[in-house]
Amino acid sequence: MSVSDAEGLEFADEVVTAAHVRYAALPGVTGPVALVTLDNGHDHTRPSTFGPGGLRSLLAAVDGIEAHDPPVAAIAVTGKPFIFAVGADLAFRTSITERDRLRPALEALGRLGHEAFARLGSGRLGDRKVPTFALVNGAALGGGLELALHCDYRALSAGIPALAFPEVFLGLVPAWGGTQLLPNLIGADRAVTVIIDNALSQNRTLRGPKGFELGLGDVLLEPADFLEEALAWVGRVLRGEIDPAAARAPVERGAAWAEAVARGRALADAKLHGAAPAAYRALDLIALAEAADREQGFAAETQALADLAVTGELAASLYAFDLVQKRARRPVGGPDPALARPVTKVGVVGAGLMAAQLALVFAHRLEVPVVLTDIDAERLGAGVAAVHQEIDALLVRRRISPDQANRYKANVTGSLTKDAFADADLVIEAVFEDLAVKRAVLAELEAVVAPTAVLLTNTSALSVSAMAAELEHPERVAGLHFFNPVAVLPLVEVVRAARTDDATIATTLAVAKSLKKNAVLVDDAPAFVVNRLLTRFLGEVLAAAALGTPLEEVDHALDPLGLPMTPLVLLELVGPAVALHVAETLHTAFPDRFRAPTGLTRLVEAGRRGVYTTSPDGARTVDPTAAAALLTAPTGSRTTSAPGSRSAASTAGTASTDGADGTPAGLDGPQSRSVPGAAAVRDAALRALAEEIHLMLAEKVVAEAADIDLCMILGAGWPFHLGGITPYLDRTGVSEAVTGERFAPPGVATLPA
Amino acid sequence: MFGSARGQLRDVVFVDGVRTPFGKAKGVYAETRADDMVVRVIRELLRRNPTLPPARVDEVAIAATTQIGDQGLTIGRTAGILAGLPPTVPGYAVDRMCAGAVTAVTTTASSIAVGAYDVAVAGGVEHMGRHPMGEGADINPRFVAERLVDPSALVMGSTAENLHDRFPAITRERADAYALASQEKVAKAYANGQVQPDLVPMAARHADSGWDLVTADEPPRPSTTLDALAGLRTPFRPHGRVTAGNSAGINDGATGCLLAAADVAAELGLTAKMTLVGYAFAGVDPEVMGVGPIPSTEKALARTGLSIGDIGLFELNEAFAVQVLAFLDHFGIADDDPRVNQYGGAIAYGHPLASSGVRLMTQLARQFAEHPEVRYGLTAMCVGLGMGATTIWANPHHPAAGGAA
Repeated sequence: MSVSDAEGLEFADEVVTAAHVRYAALPGVTGPVALVTLDNGHDHTRPSTFGPGGLRSLLAAVDGIEAHDPPVAAIAVTGKPFIFAVGADLAFRTSITERDRLRPALEALGRLGHEAFARLGSGRLGDRKVPTFALVNGAALGGGLELALHCDYRALSAGIPALAFPEVFLGLVPAWGGTQLLPNLIGADRAVTVIIDNALSQNRTLRGPKGFELGLGDVLLEPADFLEEALAWVGRVLRGEIDPAAARAPVERGAAWAEAVARGRALADAKLHGAAPAAYRALDLIALAEAADREQGFAAETQALADLAVTGELAASLYAFDLVQKRARRPVGGPDPALARPVTKVGVVGAGLMAAQLALVFAHRLEVPVVLTDIDAERLGAGVAAVHQEIDALLVRRRISPDQANRYKANVTGSLTKDAFADADLVIEAVFEDLAVKRAVLAELEAVVAPTAVLLTNTSALSVSAMAAELEHPERVAGLHFFNPVAVLPLVEVVRAARTDDATIATTLAVAKSLKKNAVLVDDAPAFVVNRLLTRFLGEVLAAAALGTPLEEVDHALDPLGLPMTPLVLLELVGPAVALHVAETLHTAFPDRFRAPTGLTRLVEAGRRGVYTTSPDGARTVDPTAAAALLTAPTGSRTTSAPGSRSAASTAGTASTDGADGTPAGLDGPQSRSVPGAAAVRDAALRALAEEIHLMLAEKVVAEAADIDLCMILGAGWPFHLGGITPYLDRTGVSEAVTGERFAPPGVATLPA
Repeated sequence: MFGSARGQLRDVVFVDGVRTPFGKAKGVYAETRADDMVVRVIRELLRRNPTLPPARVDEVAIAATTQIGDQGLTIGRTAGILAGLPPTVPGYAVDRMCAGAVTAVTTTASSIAVGAYDVAVAGGVEHMGRHPMGEGADINPRFVAERLVDPSALVMGSTAENLHDRFPAITRERADAYALASQEKVAKAYANGQVQPDLVPMAARHADSGWDLVTADEPPRPSTTLDALAGLRTPFRPHGRVTAGNSAGINDGATGCLLAAADVAAELGLTAKMTLVGYAFAGVDPEVMGVGPIPSTEKALARTGLSIGDIGLFELNEAFAVQVLAFLDHFGIADDDPRVNQYGGAIAYGHPLASSGVRLMTQLARQFAEHPEVRYGLTAMCVGLGMGATTIWANPHHPAAGGAA
């Protein structure tokens, strides 16, 4: 009698993974081998997952195997073509709409999974025990990998595209045995690599051969006839010709185990700064696995699952995962894709660093001729050479073949004159961020290219509509804003200007897809989405610095959010000059909320790339010149305002004025200036974000809050446990406090009410 | 011609042969691809002959009658790549309907003999469940308009009835008795473990009931009785003689063999199980296609300087009992002669069209090992649209072996 019935564990919309059983005869083996096939009835585009129905199907299958006559010699489990199983059905969690059902439901699912996997993996049939085998023919993630670990032996196909435990990436822990079984099989250090390190590194997965190297399987077989050869191997094991367990590396306990867990904690701290609980919970479980017996360990996993089920971090992560899987691939609000025009040749104006990165990505992904141009031969030559060097680097890293390298290098050329662009279907400019300069470039291009050639700008802050205003055909101008480094960050902001037509947007979206980027459609608002929010955010940090909060304190004030890097490190990455340009644009557009970037100006004038100096061993110390530049001068006409003083009420009104000597408004005088602490900085930054996002949505810069979140995840690397950002603002009450309303109703990206 | 031949023809040897278990159309292999079966056979041949470096294979010739879908796209080439052979190994596809695999063998063997190749993989596949005979055919109207061919020629079962007309001594009773014997011999061969070693187990998917491992032929009916056979209807002609019980069925399966120049086989440590002596193809009136093996055998014997009395073992394809009996009557061999189809035949095993030829050879090779006193063996089959295909082999286990054939 299974646990599940008592909990009433039901999920009406489950795509049930059936556990089919057939019996195979192996030579020299008495009794058939029960071959279980996991199959959800769909092809590989809908991989098999485990919900309550699938787990019950597994239990029923083993009941059938137990009753089979003649008695079986072994149980083997495999999957449908290309997929073994990819884990728990996440839709089960998101289907629960009542908050107080969450914990019991997930706890019940945890227990049902343990029951089903142990029932199969243990091989206990009545009073006998038979050997059990997982024949991992394809992708095995999370619960799928756990089922394989419950079996006595594992065969891996060299064709497996992905083996992983993504749970920690999603805000969960492997809760069907993974945290207990994996370290006891491959050692705690390798288990930490798989469960913590890989999960926190953008959900890195392992291919079959690499998984085999780590000890996840006992034999690695070629994909062409994997199942037949795996069953032949099963026969050899059953006849006693080989003993896979004897060949496994022994597991080190004691100090080695503790060191591994410590290494995991350091990794989690470095990435999360304690911002999300899942990784730390998984580490506790791995630590427990050293000595705990199975029942204890499994019970602890179930507890952890139940505890995490009711966290906002999980709700936000599932929402973010869904955004990245679905919305990122099909931009909302786009025109009919059939309107897209073919792009068979690309022009790039500019030959600086950004232009070179753009030329490379266009040449590599679109595989079309790319012509660069710049103002003088030397710059142009350097630009083309830089692209060719990057192509060579791809060849060295074996990302492209020698033939492809030849092709791309032949495709990337330079021309001092713009007539080389006459037959370009698309030209993108990445010249100096000055409206007059860009206008002139577009006008020159228009004289040369076809009337329907798409002209794109990579501007980060200038108005695309203004750039296009004087053209004869402004409708073919749009913005395509990439993020640095282009090779790493998948977001592109696709900017629809005032006169941009649907065909141009369709073409731009199609190009973005070919470039393997995720596009979000944005309106032609200053600094679009990512830069506007990062600047607003940075603004609060710099305001505190201006008031005298020590830079280290100010920079680490946001650590509890677990962002990929601190604001001032981000500033260094972006470059103060670029940040300054964006900040000035935003100050001009929205002076009430974006202060004049005096600190940044002084930093740039001082010739500083950032606020830290990094020693050769990577240690960062604050650069005193930089710190001084960011501090408000005690006299001077520049106005600054105190952080945290903005609220929905005051944006409509006038900015508070500061004293003529530059004293921040509302305070007594330089001697008793209050210096905001970390908590105040954090509070101010979050409130500023809430306010800004609210306004951006009202201005329809993007269609929905989900687009804001997608931008911050894909363009700034903001973590899943924040849901991008709006779920975090909702769950902490900041959005309601600042704007009077949530960004999304409870249950969408936060816990249900 | 080729320098490697050093001015004379080289001896060609049959090193190894394997096949998938055969299935009934819409049976075990209903959801299995034909090319996957060929891949399995190629990989098994290489696995069984580990001293052969895969890059030494000079050609992969695979026959299929209906070259569409999973049997199309130049299957010898695609299956070679899918099987993991290096891309430097070329491949092609062959069609001579039922004698496809035979033709793959004779063409590659000839290439080996003249010195163009050293080693080749030859075989055949037919997934008749997915590709019935005549799929995609577009018959030229001249056949009917000019009476080039009798309409009955297009239906194999009708040609078998025509054979009964031509040879009234071949009665339904004789045909049924022959069929029963075939079933019994297959059952005995399985019991003696004479079939299994040449089979390679094949995983077969069933989307709604899970993966299966096929380890034995699906078509045989070991519990057939003469009464049961006598009760079967004659679908090709009312009150006819040809039934489903005395013909081969509609089947799925793949076969393959490894051929090599005799000296290269020795160099690579490969064992020679048969040595090719000769072969012939001949045409006959399509409406009596079943007699095809008679002229092709006469031709092969004449060209090799052998007579029927020199042949100690026969593997004759049993498309229909009547055509085997016609052959035996012509050459004066008794219906139950022990030299003929010792392990039973296609009536029980099934006949996936283009693959069968290499099944016959593989069984002959095993029989050669069991009968070192036999010097020569012969395979023969009839072919749709009126042909016969015959191959003659010498037994390397015979004391006289070692000289050129």
